[in-house]
Amino acid sequence: MAIGGTKFSPKKFSKNQLPIYLYMVPIAVFMGAPILYIVNNAFKPMDELYAFPPRFFVTNPSLVNFRNLFQTAAGSGIPISRYVFNSLIVTLLVVLLSVLISTMAGFALSKLKFPGKKAIFEVNNAALMFVTVAVTIPRYLTISSVGILDTYLAHILPLIAMPVSLFLIKQFIDQVPNSLLEAAQLEGANSFTVYRKVILPLIKPAVATGAILAFQQVWNNIETSNLFTSAEGMRTLAFYMNTLTGVGTVAGQGMAAAASLIMFVPNLILFIIMQSSVMNTMAYSGMK
Amino acid sequence: MIAKKSTAYFFLLPYLVLFSLFIIVPTVMAIALSFTNFNAVEAPEFVGLTNYINLLTQDTIFLQYVLPNTLIFAIIVGPCGYMLAFFLAWSLSQLTKGPRTVLALIIYSPSMTMGVAMTVVWRVVFLGNQSGIANYALTQLGAITEPIIWMLNTNYILPIIIVVALWSSMGVGFLAMLAGVMNVSPELYEAAAIDGVRNRLQEMFYITIPSMKPQMLFGAVMSVVGAFQAGNIGTMLTGSNPTPMYAGQLIVNHIEDYGFIRYEMGYAAAVSVALLGIIYAFSFIAKRLFSEKD
Repeated sequence: MAIGGTKFSPKKFSKNQLPIYLYMVPIAVFMGAPILYIVNNAFKPMDELYAFPPRFFVTNPSLVNFRNLFQTAAGSGIPISRYVFNSLIVTLLVVLLSVLISTMAGFALSKLKFPGKKAIFEVNNAALMFVTVAVTIPRYLTISSVGILDTYLAHILPLIAMPVSLFLIKQFIDQVPNSLLEAAQLEGANSFTVYRKVILPLIKPAVATGAILAFQQVWNNIETSNLFTSAEGMRTLAFYMNTLTGVGTVAGQGMAAAASLIMFVPNLILFIIMQSSVMNTMAYSGMK
Repeated sequence: MIAKKSTAYFFLLPYLVLFSLFIIVPTVMAIALSFTNFNAVEAPEFVGLTNYINLLTQDTIFLQYVLPNTLIFAIIVGPCGYMLAFFLAWSLSQLTKGPRTVLALIIYSPSMTMGVAMTVVWRVVFLGNQSGIANYALTQLGAITEPIIWMLNTNYILPIIIVVALWSSMGVGFLAMLAGVMNVSPELYEAAAIDGVRNRLQEMFYITIPSMKPQMLFGAVMSVVGAFQAGNIGTMLTGSNPTPMYAGQLIVNHIEDYGFIRYEMGYAAAVSVALLGIIYAFSFIAKRLFSEKD
């Protein structure tokens, strides 16, 4: 049935998809080229980084930039393993706790009845517009008055509550039929059992989405290291990698590319693994 | 389902506590501080509306550079980036699954490179000498003879910031719109064909967009927030705050300038409140456009 001309999610390739490829491929090249360039630069030996005219692709890949990176870190007094350790522990805790509290709150907002429910969801919706950079100073004051400056908590606590995550998870839980929860209750399950045994298994795509959004927030975050810690040993990998990009030398360029590749790859891999869950969640992302 | 109120509050409590502490309280504090003189050492001193009056009458840098830059930046990266996101999502939805997934991944991936990676690559592209990629390409094409010092040239800083921001703006909102276009029921298009809808454009405006208004709204809010969140690209690329001759200075940089460089935190708070107000205004317009209530 040829209607209007638009055919969504076709099963097979047909000629009328060609015009779309004609502009989508150049756009994809523009979007992807910078990333491909980082990958190539990270593996370029010194002479290729120096080469004129500049070359896009690496010809003799080498690991020299990665070696330089680790040597510089070793020479700076704090081993890179310390930054890696900090990043891993902070990232792990933020992702776990963020998913835990967002699914709990999402469950309450979607399926339980209590006064103030609508107001809380509205406030959360307004907070989707929250831009952390606008209130950096009061955030700093809050964190210092709670007394967690220079601790892991300063990296973790400010990032856990994510309005976007709660919003997406709540919308997803709305799709779970109430009859299922009532059936579980008839068999004697209490709210906690329902949350653990019924809700959580059914909303795995939303959990995956919440996890990846939290991961992207925390893994790349340099703000918490920059503002809420002053001890070098309490800072994260993202912060350390960012200090390397300031080095203007050619050797520094290679190192910076290696550093950004190290930061980027975990993001990419996680997203590829979870992309179908993410798309599944986004289907319910509508706001009214 | 049936549960005690106390149970509901128990599930909600951890989120509410952290949400209040790190989102609500700082916002309220920003508003309160904006009416004071505060240098982070002595106690804040109440000054009424002085900060706002100064912002609108005395702060020539704000009026001459920061505000126009921010509005140009926000309008191009916000609404234009948003339309681009929709157009890309709409185009992708008409491809077969394999290529669609790959292309969507490529388009989405720049938004994952916030910070470190972004600075590295774009600095090399816009390097101010012969071996910068942009300079080299333009020289090869014969467009220029002398390399352009991009990051010091006030004509180019803002456009470069805009390009980089657009590049990295296809994030969650783009994914939401892609999912939205994919989920419009095919029967709607069939019915529309019978009702006389003829071409792709008509389908887009009469069927696709109206059926995915909720996703369009979510995407719009994400675009607005993303546009303002990306505000520090300028200082990252040029490596200085203020950016050369304030050419790439956005409100976010202005806040940092006053808050963390000059320690005039009361004034910085007033600028923050102005920023939150602008974001709210943009989102309000988006809601008017896409809300299903009326």
